[in-house]
Amino acid sequence: MTTSDPIFDADEARRARNRRIESVARWALPLVVVLLTLAFWHWFSNSSQTRGLIFPEPMKVWNRFLADYAMLFGSLWVTLKITFMALAIAIVGGVALAILFTQSRAAELIFFPYAVVLQVTPIVSIAPLIFIYVQDPLARVLICAWIVAFFPILSNTTLGLKSTDSNLRDLYAIYGATWWQKLLFLQLPSAMPYFLGGLRIAGGLALIGAIVAEYVAGISGSGSGLAFRILEASYRLNYPRMFAALLMIAIVGVIIFAATSFLSWFFLRKWHESALSRET
Amino acid sequence: MSDLSPRTIQPLGQRPQLLQMAGISKVFNGTVTALDGMNLTLNEGDFLSLLGPSGCGKSTALRLIAGLMRPTAGRIVWNGQQTRGDIGIVFQEPTLMPWATVARNVWLPFRLRGQSFDSVKDRIANALALVGLEKFAGAYPRELSGGMKMRVSIARAFVTNPRLILMDEPFAALDEITRQKLNDDLLALKAKIGCTVIFVTHSVFESVFLSDRIVVMAARPGRVVQELTVDAAYPRDMGFRTSPDYAAHTQVVSEALRRAIGEHDHDHL
Repeated sequence: MTTSDPIFDADEARRARNRRIESVARWALPLVVVLLTLAFWHWFSNSSQTRGLIFPEPMKVWNRFLADYAMLFGSLWVTLKITFMALAIAIVGGVALAILFTQSRAAELIFFPYAVVLQVTPIVSIAPLIFIYVQDPLARVLICAWIVAFFPILSNTTLGLKSTDSNLRDLYAIYGATWWQKLLFLQLPSAMPYFLGGLRIAGGLALIGAIVAEYVAGISGSGSGLAFRILEASYRLNYPRMFAALLMIAIVGVIIFAATSFLSWFFLRKWHESALSRET
Repeated sequence: MSDLSPRTIQPLGQRPQLLQMAGISKVFNGTVTALDGMNLTLNEGDFLSLLGPSGCGKSTALRLIAGLMRPTAGRIVWNGQQTRGDIGIVFQEPTLMPWATVARNVWLPFRLRGQSFDSVKDRIANALALVGLEKFAGAYPRELSGGMKMRVSIARAFVTNPRLILMDEPFAALDEITRQKLNDDLLALKAKIGCTVIFVTHSVFESVFLSDRIVVMAARPGRVVQELTVDAAYPRDMGFRTSPDYAAHTQVVSEALRRAIGEHDHDHL
């Protein structure tokens, strides 16, 4: 049967309406929630005079940000530098260790327990020790951030490298693939979705690691990252600056997550289910 | 041989020997005998089906020939040598790399020999044309149907024009229409390039349609119980599928399979 006009039954019409609503709501809803949060925040900080002193209204935070932005951005740069350096070392170290673990069961049995111990021990309890043993200010902050960030990369990449299709492994063996060819053409591409999943977690954790390390560094009087600015502002009872620095950290965290999510989509968009579902 | 140029296939009984399995046994974990004293001579140009129930060791035999495992006893001799010859393989699943396009999947055997894509792109295009996928060279596996993915897998096995193609129940997961079509296409492809095929299956109908030799195997322990010849001439088409000759052969092979299963386990029937 052919018709000139498309036919929409009630169910299809409802679905089309839902799609239209969702396309608007996807942007409008978060925006409304942000505006409502700001309104509530404004009302809350003005609801009593004393509260306003320790809980500054949004405009005061904004004005403080404008007044201090050079200093805050300078500190943000320090924090970002540590975050990305730690993330880079975590990627290189995590992937290299994962490759070692999949090539040698003995290496995995020997080193994996240490990786787990580093992961499950809270960084705030290790940081003071690191600050005693390591003298270089940059190195000690980096080590803290790296410890927090590298485990998701290591565990996810190891899982990915081990999840290679067994028939493909046989196929490579039949065609006489070398160790290097198997790693490069088969195992690393297979592990890509897992690695990128780990990267999304590690990006945020590197920032957390950098902030925690800066707190510890701040106590001992050195460092000028955003976390140190928060501490410094708290000593001076400069609450608007504390809020401004805190919001910057939160926004940077969101940007890192968005960037790693984009990377994941970019590399997997043509073939992996996780990226395909985003397109539909 | 540098391209998919045809080899001449001699009539049954006049073909030179390609491979010999002599007294091959495979025991797993010291207790499970997957294969017990298998003797088999494969000749150039044979289309040989290994037919049997689950657990009869037909896939084990294929993996031994592929060199993916070593026999517990016995030896496999290739053209008088102990080293494995050039082979292609098709598994039950298409076994494609999802991150690579169709053309780059077919490139794999060349790539692992260190040959660049550009240097063999004509041969890849030729192989894809032989399986009817020349327009899908740039597609990703996820964009293809189950039958098309299997065609890519077949193109990859044939692309280097190996002497022997091993096929491990390649069409078992496909629907009947696709399966018959791929059976037809496989025979056409084999006729074009004249290679040797070992085809593992548990389908009597498929084995009779495709093969000129059928090796019936039994389980517990896995072993060869009978070897049959399907002397119907190639090319075989729909006419053969509906012929009394085909029906007669399937009856003989079914009887052999029934005896093979019945020897140990009547419940299989």
